[in-house]
Amino acid sequence: MNFWDKLMQIDRRVIFLFVVVAVTLPLFLDIPQKIIVSEEVERGFRELADLQPGAKVLIPCDYDPPSAPELQPMAVTAIKYCLDHNLRMIIMGLWPQGPQQANAAFETVLGHPVTDTISYNGKTLIYGRDWVNLGFQAGAELLIQRMGSSIPAAFPTDYRGTPIDDLPLMDGVQNFNNIDFVINISAGAPGIYEWVQFAVDRFGVKLFGGATAVQAPLVYPYFESGQLRGIMGGLKGAAEFETLVGEKGKATKFMLSQSFAHIIVIFFIVIGNVAYFASGGKRKKSE
Amino acid sequence: MKRRIPLAITAVVGIVYIFQYFVPHEPVSRFSDWFSDWFGIITAFAIWLGALNLMKLSLLKVSQRKKDWGYALVTIIGFATVMIVGLFFSRGASFQEPGTNFMYLYDNVYNPLSSTMFAILAFFVASASYRAFRARNKEATMLLLAAFFVMLGRVPVGDLITREWLSLPHWLWLSNWADWVMNIPNTAGQRAIMIGIALGIMSTSLRIILGIERTFISGE
Amino acid sequence: MNKKVVPFIVIALGIGLFAILAASRGFAVTLGAFFTIGIFSFLYKDNPYYKFSEALFVGISAGYWFVSLFWQQMYSKLFSQVAEAYQHTFVNGGGWDDRWMMLVGGVLGVMMLMRLFPKIGWISRWPLAVIVGATAGLYFINYFVSNGINQIGATIAPLQQYGKDGSLDWWASISQFLLVVGTLSGLVYFYFSKEHKGAFGGVAKIGIWTLMLTFGASFGYTVMSRMSLLIGRMDYLVSTWLGLVK
Repeated sequence: MNFWDKLMQIDRRVIFLFVVVAVTLPLFLDIPQKIIVSEEVERGFRELADLQPGAKVLIPCDYDPPSAPELQPMAVTAIKYCLDHNLRMIIMGLWPQGPQQANAAFETVLGHPVTDTISYNGKTLIYGRDWVNLGFQAGAELLIQRMGSSIPAAFPTDYRGTPIDDLPLMDGVQNFNNIDFVINISAGAPGIYEWVQFAVDRFGVKLFGGATAVQAPLVYPYFESGQLRGIMGGLKGAAEFETLVGEKGKATKFMLSQSFAHIIVIFFIVIGNVAYFASGGKRKKSE
Repeated sequence: MKRRIPLAITAVVGIVYIFQYFVPHEPVSRFSDWFSDWFGIITAFAIWLGALNLMKLSLLKVSQRKKDWGYALVTIIGFATVMIVGLFFSRGASFQEPGTNFMYLYDNVYNPLSSTMFAILAFFVASASYRAFRARNKEATMLLLAAFFVMLGRVPVGDLITREWLSLPHWLWLSNWADWVMNIPNTAGQRAIMIGIALGIMSTSLRIILGIERTFISGE
Repeated sequence: MNKKVVPFIVIALGIGLFAILAASRGFAVTLGAFFTIGIFSFLYKDNPYYKFSEALFVGISAGYWFVSLFWQQMYSKLFSQVAEAYQHTFVNGGGWDDRWMMLVGGVLGVMMLMRLFPKIGWISRWPLAVIVGATAGLYFINYFVSNGINQIGATIAPLQQYGKDGSLDWWASISQFLLVVGTLSGLVYFYFSKEHKGAFGGVAKIGIWTLMLTFGASFGYTVMSRMSLLIGRMDYLVSTWLGLVK
């Protein structure tokens, strides 16, 4: 076995070790990262910024803990922006874990557990009046369809069993006509795909989507066609959103690790290819 | 009973949903609303079915002392613990409130287990890239190039190289190339796939509603 | 040293380490770290610690869904709604209430559970028919509108693109041209009723190139996604658990 053959057969655990170091080491470093904002995040953010105080923003959190490293910073930044600009939030989830993740994001913004009455930047915010968490309901796209005709029928109670009629914020919220903007944070199906098909195209909802990086390339055609007002794709999208809002959160912090991790993957792809061609891979193929 | 009624239900429900797109008013909307509500409830029972089936199989494994029955017992204990805690010891319908026993299990057991289960994929992606990603021909090279632009252009280091270190003009920054790859070739390819699937779904849906496609009632 | 003793020493040391960290960093966060490391241990090789964590994950997940769906779906949408309908109809004498229809959903749901009993499993076909019919009917139009008609509409856009100052933007125009060519050639590639030869084959070849660039972009994004998830877990271990990073 010559050098090139050996280079083609590096033990997987060696690669794993490099990945661990590439991801972990930058967490200890504090090097400022210049985040360049892409058009797809910028345009979505501008639409959000055009909302007047008091506007009702629906935030469907359609993700679970495994996708949280990418999506939680988006939820945190969205909630912070809404609180800062007096936008009223209606949180919900097509995934059962989503509303719980939203609560955790809320807690991150406040820096303490969420209670019914909170004090935030000199403002007093009350649950049910300034924000609600409707929780999860099963049904995916059919639930969105149902919300198009009646949100109270789709969500008879909030996430802790309070009847929706007892929540002042939901007064007059009959269907999507009474929602000013939607920020969907999605890890897959049901998620952005379903929101575009059943809320945007059917009921004319304005949608700004946050997606995992795996899902983001699939929804780019919706952005180009105008069905999506903006896309935040993965951790980079979240970092761009943080940059626009002026909040240096976890996404921005993790960008250094992300850079190192990508470099390591590219490094191993290059090694694999160099070894492949140097060891006569091309010749073997033609034989 | 076993075949005709399910086929009839499928046809009626499907036709109602097609109609309600064009006539979103009474009485069609009332039927579609009912069906939507039932759909949610049935989905919930279907997921229960999955969980109960898992328990049935695990219990069988334990009772028959099959290989690795101990792990099946761990599965049963995990399920029973969350179920008992969630149904009886977590403030009822407010079980998701911060501070409940259910949330304790969610935050400290479910969350780390599920997150790490997906996080280990990072290692396999890196390992697989090294072993399988070869520029063997023109097509594979294009795939590699697109991946290269996106991987470097979507992290700050890409711009650090092209903008700061090499001082290249704006249009040569890697982030701009990544944007271009995502907005032009990626959008074109994804759109072609989308349109293809849309045509496929339309024909499959029609076959289901008309009762030509009936695999879902086959078996047993 | 007897080789059989080694695993016990490793286990004892592990328990001791976790106990010390649980005392200093908190039990809850150490519990999370215990399971995180359990899953990570698979990277070395399959082992009982990983298998235990995996089996627990399966059980806990099933329990999580079971409880969530009970309270958020069955309780709030079935039992509560039917109870309110009962109140409206019989206690208040208000006549028919549409919420009674939830009972039908409940009956269909119970029929779904019949699949657990092989002899009467066929009953579950009825609720399954509702699911399949609703999805087919809903997607028949919506999917085609969103992913067919709207995408075709967006592709039929002027090839000449103009900048903010009104002058022809060459780069944007070329990109728009490539977008249209890429979409059409991609569709041609997916057309298998005609052999990919001659001019048709040439266009299909461009389609393959477009799709390769698409898959490359998707791959790049997949790497990004997977690495992000790992960063999240490593951050949990070094920051939340060990407190090494503020």
